[in-house]
Amino acid sequence: MPVTLNRASQIKELTGDDPRAAKVLQAIKLNQRRPDALIQILHTAQGIFGYLPLNVLQFVARELKIAPAQVYGVATFYHFFSLKPKGDHQFVVCTGTACYVKGAGKILDAMERDWGLKPGQTTPDGKLGLEQARCIGACGLAPAVVIDDEVQPKADATKLDQLIQTKTGVTR
Amino acid sequence: MNIAELNKIKETAQAKIAGQQGRVCICAGAGCYSSGAQGVFDATAKALKESGLDKNVQVVPVGCMGACNQGPLVRVEGDDIVYQKVDGAKAGKLIEKHVKNKSVVTDSLLFSQPGLAVPAKSAELPFYKQQTKIVLENCGVINPEDVEEYIAKDGYQALHKALTAMQPEEVIGEVKHSGLRGRGGAGFPTGNKWETVYRHVADQKYVVCNGDEGDPGAFMDRSVLEGDPHRILEGMAIAAYAVGASKGFIYVRGEYPLAIKRLEIAIKQARKLGLLGDNILESGFKFDVDIRIGAGAFVCGEETALLASVEGRRGTPRPRPPFPAEKGLWGKPTLLNNVETYANIAPILNKGAEWYSAIGTPKSTGTKVFALAGAINNTGLIEVPMGTSLRDIIFSIGGGIPGGRKFKAAQTGGPSGGCIPESCLDTKVDYESLMQLGSIMGSGGLIVMDETSCMVKLARYFMEFCMDESCGKCVPCRVGTREMHTLLNKICEGHGTEQDLALLEELAPFCKESSLCALGGSAPNPLLSTLRYFRDEYVAHIVEKRCPAGECKMHGATHLAGVH
Repeated sequence: MPVTLNRASQIKELTGDDPRAAKVLQAIKLNQRRPDALIQILHTAQGIFGYLPLNVLQFVARELKIAPAQVYGVATFYHFFSLKPKGDHQFVVCTGTACYVKGAGKILDAMERDWGLKPGQTTPDGKLGLEQARCIGACGLAPAVVIDDEVQPKADATKLDQLIQTKTGVTR
Repeated sequence: MNIAELNKIKETAQAKIAGQQGRVCICAGAGCYSSGAQGVFDATAKALKESGLDKNVQVVPVGCMGACNQGPLVRVEGDDIVYQKVDGAKAGKLIEKHVKNKSVVTDSLLFSQPGLAVPAKSAELPFYKQQTKIVLENCGVINPEDVEEYIAKDGYQALHKALTAMQPEEVIGEVKHSGLRGRGGAGFPTGNKWETVYRHVADQKYVVCNGDEGDPGAFMDRSVLEGDPHRILEGMAIAAYAVGASKGFIYVRGEYPLAIKRLEIAIKQARKLGLLGDNILESGFKFDVDIRIGAGAFVCGEETALLASVEGRRGTPRPRPPFPAEKGLWGKPTLLNNVETYANIAPILNKGAEWYSAIGTPKSTGTKVFALAGAINNTGLIEVPMGTSLRDIIFSIGGGIPGGRKFKAAQTGGPSGGCIPESCLDTKVDYESLMQLGSIMGSGGLIVMDETSCMVKLARYFMEFCMDESCGKCVPCRVGTREMHTLLNKICEGHGTEQDLALLEELAPFCKESSLCALGGSAPNPLLSTLRYFRDEYVAHIVEKRCPAGECKMHGATHLAGVH
């Protein structure tokens, strides 16, 4: 099959009829369609869709009257935004200096060894995604991990399966 | 609102606090929150209700008390007693024994260990005794979600004083005279910055607060925003009056949801009371603040990159001059200061520049907040006068190294800073002395490493960080950090040669001097400082194919394999 570089032609257009798109539109209107609110709007959109599909980026660009390239540029520049779907549950390993000194590397190693996950990957069934964070500011509780937005202090690399199961119900 | 109304709120709130027979403060900082502070709060409220004490004793969520790894913390105010590692069951016991029967529960006191007696009053604990709290004076004392508690602690009095009794020039003069320097890291005199913005004539000026605390291992700004958000709003409003701005932005990291929530509440309350808005304290002065949430980019801590991000663009820096003070947000003069800098403004105006400049050292006045982390007993948040020695910070306040291990290095300034060895522990901490040691003050993260940490691997860790976070705009940083990382990786894996070391030493100054912004300009600092103080470790990796700390897995070891 020929590969086309024109991604725009492959995007399924999103309209305001979609209830999720309507919510994004609401956020855009709340910000008076100001282009400088782009990052805030992408935060909202990611909160609604779970990630930022290309048609959402296109939708935002159209509504803010800015170039899709600019929206795409911003969305790919910042670590917070993901253009790929995340897992049902997110496991985030803090790799800030304090966590690094206290063994964040061991947690990442264990996740790769036991779950086959590297940062940015999701299990084949889509249930658990692994990410790494730069520093979540919970340095007094190092090494810290975040499971579904809840900070778990002093994580033990040898007891991750147990922690994941208690918090999310996901098992290997 | 006018001053009479402000004072009335102050009196009512003070009377309310004083009228209580007790006040149980539960630390609701991010650290204690993660350790289960919400459960403690609920259990305490329930226990008070059951014992019928809830009419006279109030339970209050407060900001960070500092001793984060002992959390959740509970302080019984009035008696000045802090309890550690409290859970739901323990909370009930504390209410029963301490609040009801007035007997101190000694085995739960902060820093108590089996067989070790500690002073009951928290002010007598070594951890608190050597601290001087200005920025953090309300953190862990007031309810950050209640503006009246802030007003009870002289909140917004400095703003009123500035608006009614001082000319903008006088405010700037006071800040200049206090000797306050930027707490974001570089230490530029704050008053001079304000004056530059003041002197530029424009129809619109902006005041921006940098809360993009990107240094891994730093959580000072987070704790201030979470524990005392009104202090920042007041500082920004005073700054806006001084430089002639009417609009402000607070840029906060997306990683700090609690700080964002508390700021939103604070802004709403301040607007409602007329402490932000069109006619602040009926003086005719107009100022309002909006929050901008970051999206995870370390480079956005750099001022021009931060401003680009506030404008909704990719956070890439641009060459300076023109400095933001001249051309900042949307090309208008913009004052940009760090969270901790703004937190110092209200006390300076309330108590005077003389008072402030008497604290600290002549060139670095005031206090500095540090976040202690890593291989140290008392991890957490502290505030000490400038000029306190690293030894005092790490061993007296920080309680030394756990597990009887040996101190190896203290890292300040995050990926832009350096490692300080044991021989320099008696250095008095201020901007100049840290610079001389090849590190920087930075925003205040202080990470302690013991003998099990490999300094080459640490240099690689920071280089990897800078490589990933480089925005890619300029070549020295984008390519330089990658090349240095490759070389460091080679050394860590045991394939390094002496030429690699020579190449690193050639590349580092090049990256330092020719990068566009401070990210690339300081990226080689961890490498250079570890080379300066721990060169023998690099040599051991290269020549003996051995990692002295035992952290690196050596693949290059051949004939020397097994020799340790």
